[in-house]
Amino acid sequence: MGKTQVPAIEGWFTTEAQARLLGSRCKKCRSYFFPKEALFCRNPGCAGTEFEEVPLSRTGKVWSFTTNHYQPPAPYVSPDPFVPYTVAAVELAQEQMVVLGQVAAGVDPKSLRVGMNVELVLETLYQDDKAEYLVWKWKPVNG
Amino acid sequence: MAKDVAILGVGMHPWGKWGKNFVEYGIKACQDALKDAGVAWKDIQFISGADTVRCGYPGYVAGATFAQALGWSGARVASSYAACASGATAMNTARAQILAGFCDVALVVGADTTPKGFLAPTAGERRDDPDWLRFRLLGATNPTYFAFYARRRMDLYGATDRDFAKVKVKNSKHGLHNPNARYRKEVTEDEVLASPMVSDPLRLLEICATSDGGAAVVLSSMEYARKRTTKPITIAAISTVTPKYPNTIIEMPNFATDSAAVASAPEVAFRDSIAGAAYEEAGVGPEDVSLAEVYDLSSALELDWYENIGLCTPGDAERLLNDGATTLGGRVPVNPSGGLSCFGEAVPAQAIAQVCELVWQLRGQANGRQVQNAKVGITVNQGLFGHGSSVIVRR
Ligand SMILES: [Zn+2]
Repeated sequence: MGKTQVPAIEGWFTTEAQARLLGSRCKKCRSYFFPKEALFCRNPGCAGTEFEEVPLSRTGKVWSFTTNHYQPPAPYVSPDPFVPYTVAAVELAQEQMVVLGQVAAGVDPKSLRVGMNVELVLETLYQDDKAEYLVWKWKPVNG
Repeated sequence: MAKDVAILGVGMHPWGKWGKNFVEYGIKACQDALKDAGVAWKDIQFISGADTVRCGYPGYVAGATFAQALGWSGARVASSYAACASGATAMNTARAQILAGFCDVALVVGADTTPKGFLAPTAGERRDDPDWLRFRLLGATNPTYFAFYARRRMDLYGATDRDFAKVKVKNSKHGLHNPNARYRKEVTEDEVLASPMVSDPLRLLEICATSDGGAAVVLSSMEYARKRTTKPITIAAISTVTPKYPNTIIEMPNFATDSAAVASAPEVAFRDSIAGAAYEEAGVGPEDVSLAEVYDLSSALELDWYENIGLCTPGDAERLLNDGATTLGGRVPVNPSGGLSCFGEAVPAQAIAQVCELVWQLRGQANGRQVQNAKVGITVNQGLFGHGSSVIVRR
């Protein structure tokens, strides 16, 4: 049996099969925010202070990406030995927002292109004795 | 002209990893700037410190820390933190005091020490700090963001690895004779391209290092300056603008951009607005600029800045570079000091150091890297969390 799987951060995404990022939406001007905004609407033309939680689009297009070849400092939890990892900036059409995420394990960065369609998946970011910690990642659609 | 203030003196501590306390770097820069200005410390009426946040308590209260080190004199004081834009913010604070008539002469100083390797967030479990979270959840280092912009240039404009390498080659040549530069070694395109990949497509030699360093300027009212010199160098503008909502280009340390689904993106994007505000304030345009010091955190990012400060239209930066326009001897040399490429980053000192370079250039004192007949110079820089920074200096 595997370890317990828990989100690496609470409340930022759902953990169902078709995982979604959780943003918030101003009840007054309908602006989206990720991570969630809960106090004051950041739209300067809006005085909204009430928000609802909304799942964000689970697919988008790659805006840019990079593979990091050097081990980053803590609090990144690095596997030993360090493995290069890819981070993508992904444009969500409906929200008109670019959201970062690591790229799913096993995806060859050479196969990535700006404009490529990607979808949200959950993967283990790191683990300790107690649990595996899940995070959202971007994966090429049908990739 | 009514809003001009004079730069009477400039000074720096050379950049590098010297292993000293940041106060030492700042004091050396202050002493040089005061000497250059011909003003005694005791005559300074206002001291404006740019904060560093990695040196404990004194770093947060830089103005008073330097005032104590120079000897308590009763001067008025301020401390500013705006990440990489801290120096410009500290200068702006001093300028406002002078223009408001609260003082005639002020000292502005920034200095820093940095750890080796990546700039990392403050220690501890900080789950409500976006800077902590971006490392924890994404491994999004600073070069990750620089690489996003570089990759976009390749995709949008057909920029190549070789274009990016050429920026580094140019700046390495510029910095060769700069006594304050940390790296004074010419590099070739092939050397750049053979250096290890850090954040694809950016290589080790294309990403600015972290460094120690210090810089200071003495500012005064025009009236005060005219008693000392017939041709003062002046600050014509300081821009410290924030972005306009929605800011649609991803920036450190954010996880996402603002959404443009409801409020449409502003006509002028944040980075363009930084220099834009300075041009407007100074009443000059990009065509008037003799030289520019831009924030080359990466070689590719320097190309973005060419466009952001209006030296060319979007997509034309590679051509401007390849035509030699931004090289010493070209139409508008960029980073004649060698830039961050030769200096590395000493956060609160950086924006002040850029202004020091403009002053040496405008006075004709930039030995070995002089831009001929320089009349107007612009600096541009961007501080984490939405701090714009641009200064226009003229003679
Ligand atoms: Zn709102």
